[in-house]
Amino acid sequence: MAEPPIFGKLANGTQPHYLHPEYRSSVKRAPTRPLIVLPHTLSERTGPVFGQDMVRESDRDLTAQHAGEPLGERILISGRLLDEGGKPVRGALIEVWQANAAGRYKHKMDQHRAPLDPNFNGFGRTLTDAEGRYKFISIKPGAYPWGNHANAWRPAHVHFSIFGAGLLSRLVTQMYFPGDPLLAYDPIYNCIPDEKAKQGLISMFDWENTSPEFALGYRFDIVLRGRDATPMEK
Amino acid sequence: MSHVPTPSQTVGPFFSIGLSALCRPGIECAGEKGNRVTIRGRILDGDGEPVPDALLEIWQVDDVSKKPYQGERTIERTKTLPFGFGRIATNECGEFQFSTRKPAARRDEDGTIHAPHLVVLVLMRGLLRHLVTRIYFAGEAANEEDMALKLVPAERRETLLAMPSPESDNDLRWDIHLQGERETVFFEM
Repeated sequence: MAEPPIFGKLANGTQPHYLHPEYRSSVKRAPTRPLIVLPHTLSERTGPVFGQDMVRESDRDLTAQHAGEPLGERILISGRLLDEGGKPVRGALIEVWQANAAGRYKHKMDQHRAPLDPNFNGFGRTLTDAEGRYKFISIKPGAYPWGNHANAWRPAHVHFSIFGAGLLSRLVTQMYFPGDPLLAYDPIYNCIPDEKAKQGLISMFDWENTSPEFALGYRFDIVLRGRDATPMEK
Repeated sequence: MSHVPTPSQTVGPFFSIGLSALCRPGIECAGEKGNRVTIRGRILDGDGEPVPDALLEIWQVDDVSKKPYQGERTIERTKTLPFGFGRIATNECGEFQFSTRKPAARRDEDGTIHAPHLVVLVLMRGLLRHLVTRIYFAGEAANEEDMALKLVPAERRETLLAMPSPESDNDLRWDIHLQGERETVFFEM
């Protein structure tokens, strides 16, 4: 019987600081006092485990949730979920959400003057397979303006939420598209100090998984916090 | 460690599109015998304004998750959600409410004491990565010896305590202050 994993420390610079003044919303919401460093206990080394029966196979196809097909450039997003040691994370729940091809979310608070698409909810979920692989079918989301600063635009992105082997590897992130000129101006993307880690948020165009006469492929591998390489003795 | 971990990014203001399906006001626990408790509160920002677009994820270790893992991943849960897990969004007034069974205290083999507590992840627009905090229960004897509470300066411990209402010990109040005088204690893990 295996014990719940012992997690390592996340490498410096790979995660954002809470306060990033260029991202205006962080100013009144980021904690101002030092965080209390807490040794990992069973409460954080464990976490919720989701099962096959909670997710339907069709949940990973964002283009098939209505009678008609959504407008936009059809895309296949696939990749592997790994830990820092390169080990696949199996049976992990991935939830995604995104704007439609016009850059509009199906959400009452989204006031962007772009059309809703009656054939697009923008929500999908799946579980990773035995090799940590996942795949979604969707349409390429549009860029959209936001109120952070003058003429602010979010680069096209897909939101990802992932539950790994324990609460310590919980990750919520965003996937971007290669070559997007808006990335250079985006304070959310640019909040990551480590350049290599930041680049990891950009998917790669995936020729191999591009499906003839059907959809363009994008590859997005996700790396979760891993096990401690030098586990503490009991 | 050969792979660079993927950075966190904010959940943004529109997370309900993707994350609502698993929102539940009641957490089911396996084998937990503690009282059914309701915890309600508000989330306030640095201006004392309520946060209407926050998401809380609650996790508690119960009798099932305490057991050693059977192989890679043990699938033990209710029909809808894993035992011990809850996801709750705040309403327009920044309020949240959920119910669960109060967990038991634990003692590790090495004698480390863990008073009854819930782990809380806080996600919202403005947070580039989620915050981690805990809910403890005011008046619980084991709080004095709890390994995490002992690391918190005495004057800030109260921010982690859910307080029973005058009417019922099972009806508790716990607010999150993101900043300010009463800023909630958040943990670095």
